[in-house]
Amino acid sequence: MANMRLYLKQTITYQLTLMFLRHVREFFETFGDIAYRLVLVLRYLFTFQINAKQVIEQSSRFAVDSLPITLSIVSMTAIILAMQVAPEMVKQGGKDYIGMLVSLTMVREIGVIMSGFAIISMIGSSQASELATMRVTDQIDAMKVLKVSPFRYLFLPRVLAGIIMMPFIVILSSLVGILAGGLTAMTAAKDVTWLCYVTSVWQGLFIRDINIMLLKASCFGGAISLISSSCGYDAKGGAKGVGIATTKAVVWSFVAIVIIDCIFAVIFYF
Amino acid sequence: MSIRVENLTKEFDGRKVLNNISFTVEEGEVLSIVGFSGSGKSTILKILCGLLKPDTGIIDIGDGDVAMVFQYSALFDSLNVFDNISFALQERKEFRKKYTKTELQEIVKRSLNTVGLSNIEDKFPHELSGGMQKRVSLARAIVTKPKFILYDEPTAGLDPVASTVIEDYILRLREETKATSIVVTHQMSTITRCSDKVIMLYDGNIVFRGTPQDLLKQDNPYTQQFVSASIEGPMKMAASGF
Repeated sequence: MANMRLYLKQTITYQLTLMFLRHVREFFETFGDIAYRLVLVLRYLFTFQINAKQVIEQSSRFAVDSLPITLSIVSMTAIILAMQVAPEMVKQGGKDYIGMLVSLTMVREIGVIMSGFAIISMIGSSQASELATMRVTDQIDAMKVLKVSPFRYLFLPRVLAGIIMMPFIVILSSLVGILAGGLTAMTAAKDVTWLCYVTSVWQGLFIRDINIMLLKASCFGGAISLISSSCGYDAKGGAKGVGIATTKAVVWSFVAIVIIDCIFAVIFYF
Repeated sequence: MSIRVENLTKEFDGRKVLNNISFTVEEGEVLSIVGFSGSGKSTILKILCGLLKPDTGIIDIGDGDVAMVFQYSALFDSLNVFDNISFALQERKEFRKKYTKTELQEIVKRSLNTVGLSNIEDKFPHELSGGMQKRVSLARAIVTKPKFILYDEPTAGLDPVASTVIEDYILRLREETKATSIVVTHQMSTITRCSDKVIMLYDGNIVFRGTPQDLLKQDNPYTQQFVSASIEGPMKMAASGF
């Protein structure tokens, strides 16, 4: 019996099952940690223990640092979309709907999700590596010994910055995307005029879409900051630990915003 | 205010790092904890300042403020010296609105003077030498007037002169703050100059307790091996996790 057990433990199936279970456990641990930290952040938020100086500093980093790359990515996506769609729609007699299509795609989906991806790669990774470095160099421990909560001093300003600044970034990037889409549509399809495009945009967009976009953007911003900070906070070891934490933050943030996006789609458009 | 530790036990991944450790440090005393790397010295400090929870044991450390000087200073690298030192005064609830900017500047200046530094308030940690970082770390530790100061290898990575300077400041802080202190160190000069009592850890157990003078006496095989820095003796590197 003992030999049988030993034999089973050496099989690849056993090892793979064990590895899978370990990953499942780690997933739930990380998820639990993030949820617990969200509660702590909300507690500090609702008891108004906000460090305004830090919020301003983090907000400026969140918005200003990420803006060029976000605008570039969103406008390039809009250009690609308009370039492929405009000639086809003109051929099918739907030139009056190009603006509507581009703007709805931008506002409902592409503007928010592409900005989210850009923010994850620029800001999320930077927040994760910053906190991870603070963790492995004992700075977070030093903060705790000085009886200052890292969740109040480090997490709350970052999460607030994400919630506040992300909608502004998304408004700007969607606007630039719609403009870029219009210019591309006019270049790619001869019959499309600026007036025709703008009228189509105007007819297709509703305030409800913009409100949902802003709410989604805030959720994305908060989630990216919370997950990135949380993964950085849990870093272990030295430089390798910082790298692992940053990768984990990026992967988790990507998955999280896609899940949030799905939830929004189900709630508002299903 | 004294520190009393009884039957402290801590395990990491099934390995007992601390095994029923008990000691007392009387008010104003300095206790040195020595031992090989991985023998659980820093774990004791982390438990005392609340960073780790013990598995079992009693820790009586009163209700005074506990300050810690970290091995590699652990200064906040995004903040300048002024903000590093005044961090607790600016961020802790009980201090937040107590001091004006001018008062904070005065407190920081005084703390820096205590550790022999001046006019570096605007500098960032990466602009300072290792010894200066350590002294700023000392200044940050004393700014809240702690009753207990824990030093985790305060002279690690410093040249002999800088080490002597840090030891001088440990002595000076002891005189000025009357704080009860624990120093984790490998350096004999720190033990002999700064401490009243010494305990030696090996494999999670206390293998020696006495005065620095007792440590130098060659009647305990553990202290004998430690003082002579020999690889021959009862302490094996592997057991201490080295």
